[in-house]
Amino acid sequence: MDARRATTTIPRVRHVGFFTPNAPPAQPSRTHSFPLDSSSPPLSNSPVNNSLSPVMIPPSRHLSDNLVHRATSPLPVPEPSAFRRPIHSHHVAVVGSYNPTESLLGSSPPLASPSSRVIGDGEFSEESSAGWFRRSNSAKFASSFSGAFDLTSVKSSETGGFHLVKKPVVAQPKEEKSGAAAVVEPQINKGLSSSSSTKPLKEKTTKAERRALQEAQRAAKAAAKDMTVSVGVSTSKPVKHQPAQKKDAPPPASSIAVSDRKGVERSMEKERRKDIPAPRMQFDDKSRVEKAKKRAVVNQSEARNRVELFRHLPQYEHGTQLPDLEAKFFQLDPMHPAVYKVGLQYLAGDISGGNARCIAMLQAFQEVIKDYSTPPEKSLTRDLTAKISSFVSFFTECRPLSMSMGNTIRFLKSRIAKLPLTFSESEAKASLCADIDRFINEKIVLADNVIIQHAVTKIMDGDVLLTYGSSCVVEMILLYAHELGKQFRVVIVDSRPKLKGQALLRRLVGKGLSCTYTHINAVSYIMHEVTRVFLGSSSVLSNGTVYSRVGTACVAMVAHAFHVPVLICCEAYKFHERVLLDSICSNELGDPDALSKVPGRMDINYLDDLTNKDNMQLLNLMYDATPSEYVSMIITDYGMIPPTSVPVIVREYGREYLWI
Amino acid sequence: MPDTLQNPNPQNNISAYYQTRAAHHAVVTSDWLAQAQAAVAREPDGAPDTSVPPVAGKPFSVIDEFNSWRKQPDLAEAVAAIRALAAVIRNCQATTMMELEIELKKASDSLKLWDATSISLTAGCDLFMRYVTRTSALEYEDFNSAKSRLIERAEKFGEISCKARRIIAMLSQDFIFDGCTIMVHGFSRVVLEVLKTAAQSKKLFRVFCTEGRPDRTGLRLSNELAKLDVPVKLLIDSAVAYTMDDVDMVFVGADGVVESGGIINMMGTYQMALVAHSMNKPVYVAAESYKFARLYPLDQKDMAPALRPIDFGVPIPSKVEVETSARDYTPPQYLTLLFTDLGVLTPSVVSDELIQLYL
Repeated sequence: MDARRATTTIPRVRHVGFFTPNAPPAQPSRTHSFPLDSSSPPLSNSPVNNSLSPVMIPPSRHLSDNLVHRATSPLPVPEPSAFRRPIHSHHVAVVGSYNPTESLLGSSPPLASPSSRVIGDGEFSEESSAGWFRRSNSAKFASSFSGAFDLTSVKSSETGGFHLVKKPVVAQPKEEKSGAAAVVEPQINKGLSSSSSTKPLKEKTTKAERRALQEAQRAAKAAAKDMTVSVGVSTSKPVKHQPAQKKDAPPPASSIAVSDRKGVERSMEKERRKDIPAPRMQFDDKSRVEKAKKRAVVNQSEARNRVELFRHLPQYEHGTQLPDLEAKFFQLDPMHPAVYKVGLQYLAGDISGGNARCIAMLQAFQEVIKDYSTPPEKSLTRDLTAKISSFVSFFTECRPLSMSMGNTIRFLKSRIAKLPLTFSESEAKASLCADIDRFINEKIVLADNVIIQHAVTKIMDGDVLLTYGSSCVVEMILLYAHELGKQFRVVIVDSRPKLKGQALLRRLVGKGLSCTYTHINAVSYIMHEVTRVFLGSSSVLSNGTVYSRVGTACVAMVAHAFHVPVLICCEAYKFHERVLLDSICSNELGDPDALSKVPGRMDINYLDDLTNKDNMQLLNLMYDATPSEYVSMIITDYGMIPPTSVPVIVREYGREYLWI
Repeated sequence: MPDTLQNPNPQNNISAYYQTRAAHHAVVTSDWLAQAQAAVAREPDGAPDTSVPPVAGKPFSVIDEFNSWRKQPDLAEAVAAIRALAAVIRNCQATTMMELEIELKKASDSLKLWDATSISLTAGCDLFMRYVTRTSALEYEDFNSAKSRLIERAEKFGEISCKARRIIAMLSQDFIFDGCTIMVHGFSRVVLEVLKTAAQSKKLFRVFCTEGRPDRTGLRLSNELAKLDVPVKLLIDSAVAYTMDDVDMVFVGADGVVESGGIINMMGTYQMALVAHSMNKPVYVAAESYKFARLYPLDQKDMAPALRPIDFGVPIPSKVEVETSARDYTPPQYLTLLFTDLGVLTPSVVSDELIQLYL
């Protein structure tokens, strides 16, 4: 393959996202989007299975290639139920056919982020400020990879993502595999991988040997641990635990170790491609254990037929979890009913939209805080933070977190951490509740008002305003401008499968605005009439990229081509210091069945038999990234700023979020 | 100036700012003459002491003060505004900082209202108000010392303005090389300073100067340059694309720098920037930092209109409409660099500065 590789062993190529397990390594540099290429033979791997060819640079992304991978034989999986589902199993699927909200960004930030160091559970993650979604991503990744491993029973293979980030190991259902199960990890750690990838081959060989040793040790431990773990931990658990224990030391596991594991995981993952993702590592936390147990009962069966390019994102069979969870409502001791309720609402898709989800989550946390009482011998800050983290994992299992939710959680944790020690418990609780109220009020409600004030100055009489999907802020702007008496008309562009624009259309027409409604395939047809485009967003990143509902990039691009200014309306708490270059590294996968079904038309069932075929995959993405050059202006509560000024706001006011 | 105390934008929405510039820099035109005569004729009516209500009752009027400063050709509009506000402080009879601030705010609002089209006026007022409110956060035991400090700051601001031009001139020297051809548009005092400095340091360059109708300010600029022995070539505005091939760089001033990093300048700047961009010629903007304004136009029509009557020299039938806007907006993607007293900046830094200043 690569001349650089002194192949003492079969070179492992780290593959990102897609890989051809069976494809001979002979493929030379395939061009694929991910940088991690041939350059890094992450781990020479103990050739566990011949079927597990060395990790290879993923070939071109044609589906046909992808299918080759499926031929790998799945590795046997330890008893499935035993697997503790990582708390963070991402349950991407929403029970309904719609995945609500654009705000679900949380699903998978590219794990490459340094924070991907295993922050481990949210519980431990104090430091990972950006943590949540990173973790969730890892979870996603994990799950995607875990798909390779079969956790037959399990479910929620979720990638347990959070923790996983670092734990390449997590996914190993089978220890034996030399391969790093954590397919996810590799994916995730693409970013990290660069470091690992640059390691000389020799070193990797050594690592591989170490890896084999580790695996053996793990197998031994697993046997031992089986008895001890309260939860029916499967053999895989030890694997998890081991890494977990390693991770217990706060964060970053050495990237070397990670990469080591990653390589191993990857090979394993390849084999298990068709299998349900292995469970992630779990921490020895009672609530997590219980939660995992709960999760284990709730089958999160990973979707079998997945698009190669998006294997780093978890995808599950939809519609299986909600009834189970509902039935278990009364059994979940550690779970607060308010949290449970909100989680179910996320799962079912009843709450969607970045602001709505944030507010619901914060209000649930307020209830938690009000009902909270410090257990004896424990400090309020730590215990409460741990509880919050566990609830956050639960939310992530229901639906991956959005970036705004991640910021919010970071704020809350920092407020908890900053509670003066002299506060009594009731004072602390009151102060926290007041902080939450203030956050909701200042950062969301008042911010929206400010945005509306700014935005209506850009609406002139005679304007034709275009909007996509249904953003709460844009709706408020349009209604307010109408109240002010401005004469304009609205074009609503909508798209399947969610068709959120119809609800917006109904509300606007009800208020008397003149509207036009069309689908996104006609956007270039209608764009010549349009004078302004108003879009909402789930988040805006530091390079000016706007992360929002899938389809937004398309609308912005067409508007740009027609020289129509594009205005993004986004509260400042949704800004994030991450940088996204494309929509692939970090995204959320919705229910693929939603694509093949048309509500109300039973006769459109052409794809019914095909969804499980190997050469047919359905991809339902939830988010996309709009490059900054298509955006004319971002309207925030700090005023109207160009997209290049987002990092300035993050820098100047990032502290303020935490110090409210 | 004919319109002194009344709203300078009478029925036909003439922008006082551009009138002033014409008066300062332009060749005397027939309608200017007519206005001057009208003004003289109106004099006996007695300029009513209709100082803006806030300042009413005093013989002192901020508008008067502003006008008197503004008439000096070398003084930037923002500086004139700040000097006028300093005069307000001097003459005000408030006894507490709060009162002083309120009076200043009223005076500044009245100034802004008086000529809504002048960006640097608005920006200058905002800047000064910002400085005042920030300063008053500091504890001054003595109100009088606070007052004198503010006055002193305002005076210093005037010097800063002159110094700003010199700083900009120095920064831009690196960009003018021997044998280069520079295209300029309109009459910007900052650009003139730049070219003067270059000429004085014995650089060899030549200048293409557009006529700058309707004010024909380009003629005035070419006069000045000729005095400096700089080879100047005058173009009509339509010849910009024709000569752009021979040009190495474009230098323009700015009436205002907006938050997106674009500039608002005399009509014709956008055109020149577009042509230069399509031919890969750099466009440099020389602007002082007090011209940064918190505006964000999305397109040409998104600004407050600033109209100026155009004298075609021949009578136009009344059915024919004339585009009389005096300025246009150049979006940031056509600008290469901004030379300001804060340094050489890229257009995206303007928002950074504004955020730090105003937020």
